Amino acid sequence: MAMLTYEEKYRVRGGTLVGGDLFDFWVGPFYVGFFGVTTLFFSALGTALILYGAALGGDWNIWRINIAPPDLSYGLGFAPLKEGGLWQVITICAIGAFVSWALRQVEITRKLGMGYHVPFAFSVAIFAYVSLVVIRPVLMGAWGHGFPYGILSHLDWVSNTGYQYLHFHYNPAHMLAVTFFFTTTLSLSLHGALVLSAANPPKGQAVKTAEHENTFFRDTIGWSIGTLGIHRLGLFLALSAGFWSAVCIIISGPFWTRGWPEWWGWWLNLPIWK
Amino acid sequence: MMPGIKLGLGLVGAVGATLLGIAMISKFQLPPLDVVQRGYRGTAMQVNYNEKQLATYLAENKVPASLPAVPAAGPKAAAVYKNVQVLGDLSVGQFTRLMVSLTNWVSPKQGCAYCHNTNNMAEDNLYTKIVSRRMIQMTQHINADWQPHVQQTGVTCYTCHRGNPVPNNIWFNDPGPRASGGVFMAAVGGSAGKNYASGSVGDASLPYDPFTPFLENDHSIRVQGEEALPGANRHSIKEAEWTFALMNYFGNSLGVNCTYCHNSRAFSDWSQSSPAKVVAWHGIRMTRDLNADYLKQLSNAWPVNRLGPTGDSPKLACATCHQGVYKPLYGVSMVKDFPELRQPGSEAGLRYLNASWTPATPMDPAKPAE
Repeated sequence: MAMLTYEEKYRVRGGTLVGGDLFDFWVGPFYVGFFGVTTLFFSALGTALILYGAALGGDWNIWRINIAPPDLSYGLGFAPLKEGGLWQVITICAIGAFVSWALRQVEITRKLGMGYHVPFAFSVAIFAYVSLVVIRPVLMGAWGHGFPYGILSHLDWVSNTGYQYLHFHYNPAHMLAVTFFFTTTLSLSLHGALVLSAANPPKGQAVKTAEHENTFFRDTIGWSIGTLGIHRLGLFLALSAGFWSAVCIIISGPFWTRGWPEWWGWWLNLPIWK
Repeated sequence: MMPGIKLGLGLVGAVGATLLGIAMISKFQLPPLDVVQRGYRGTAMQVNYNEKQLATYLAENKVPASLPAVPAAGPKAAAVYKNVQVLGDLSVGQFTRLMVSLTNWVSPKQGCAYCHNTNNMAEDNLYTKIVSRRMIQMTQHINADWQPHVQQTGVTCYTCHRGNPVPNNIWFNDPGPRASGGVFMAAVGGSAGKNYASGSVGDASLPYDPFTPFLENDHSIRVQGEEALPGANRHSIKEAEWTFALMNYFGNSLGVNCTYCHNSRAFSDWSQSSPAKVVAWHGIRMTRDLNADYLKQLSNAWPVNRLGPTGDSPKLACATCHQGVYKPLYGVSMVKDFPELRQPGSEAGLRYLNASWTPATPMDPAKPAE
């Protein structure tokens, strides 16, 4: 792949976390690094194991391939490969690959002398996944609480897990997460619309600037968050959505086993109106 | 704004947020958990219990010791006592043992006088005696005819009463709060029987009286379509809410969740559901039967203070027996020590249940006879 003219000067040595100069090179457009190698290793092994699991399941319908976690009776121990052990190894591979990818982002960030915003943001997504397959299962005492790897099967898991708490919309952290997901979508669409409107003036007119964008929002809602601020807000909203999603599933089970509507008893029983 | 006001408001906000935060956090429970897997691994069909809470439930649902059995020999109760209409075939010893047990189960503080005129035990002038006679028949009917639901475990008076003359967890037709939601609710066409945090449905805002349509009447509970795409299914979202309300009540009554019976990917599909769904299906029919043929049949016997806001009889539902536990009293059978409660009951005494009968001396059970 051809390299852009200015790209070569940013391909600087160093900034690696592990391995020194050993993997400090590029393959085509891709930086390799120690964590590029581990990403590749875990991804390849994990994918191969998923294919093995699919072969064991005997159903090659892409929707129905299912690699399920162990029975709860195995607790936090290892299960035989064909009875959930495969899920355990695939989970290790997945976490290995995701974390490697994040650390590879850190190395590239260090080379370029940038802030760590990208690996930080990706870490929140990893945190959400780890909440589901490690933190919550450990708190509940069995790996079997993780979600199964399969397109339909993981949806069934989500549905049943929600119904374990009778009415999941009453989960307070779920409320926050859903609100943040909607808000992040709204703010991205407002931002996208604003940028496109400034960049696409009527034929024959000059492209408008950030001052036009600011003025539009000042005229509309009295205030403009600004060009840098909108990206800070976007990052905050998106990460909050992921973060509260993780919280909403961690509290379901480990810290509350009954119907979520009932949890609101603390509010209904406040001394002011009890 | 004046700096003083700003500071004051800030302080009020901080204190308020702290107190609310404490109230909120204190509602959570801490691990460890006791989880029961109810389906294939990875389907998340499971029942979750907090161990500390489970210990409380176990302690609250202990079975009292049964009085030692007595021989069936000797004269029959019907021959020795007057007006023994239901249990006359028992020996005097068995009869007395059951009466003492019944008192322990139902009116331990009030004693025999709760149902009997102690000067003339044979008299039928207390409504409580009329009711308890019918309740003995109901117990026999449940144990003999509703084994698809109660199996061999069966029930006794204690299953519901637990030492209370009037069982906890009974229900009445609920006309809803008098001020039904004020101007807003009036504007949107009334509260539609929902939109309050109702204890009957575990504090959800779902319809607060799912009992009347489903457990007194036999409205169809099923709302889920059998096809993926809309078209054939004519059930409304409102109907789904009523069903959801009933199901929330079921879950809370049994201390279980939806996945105890259902695989939520296809609620109505028997082949994907757990066997408990069959037991529950019979339980729904049993509840309708008992409410119609026993509780409502007594409508002339209850004094006014035992009736609901619309003048209806007290009625039973899942929580009346289950009391928050998946099998009442954790499945320990008391009736095995009282085989007389397993015999199909006579229908004696029903003459009291016709419309013209009223008890001679209506009694307030809150103030039992001296």
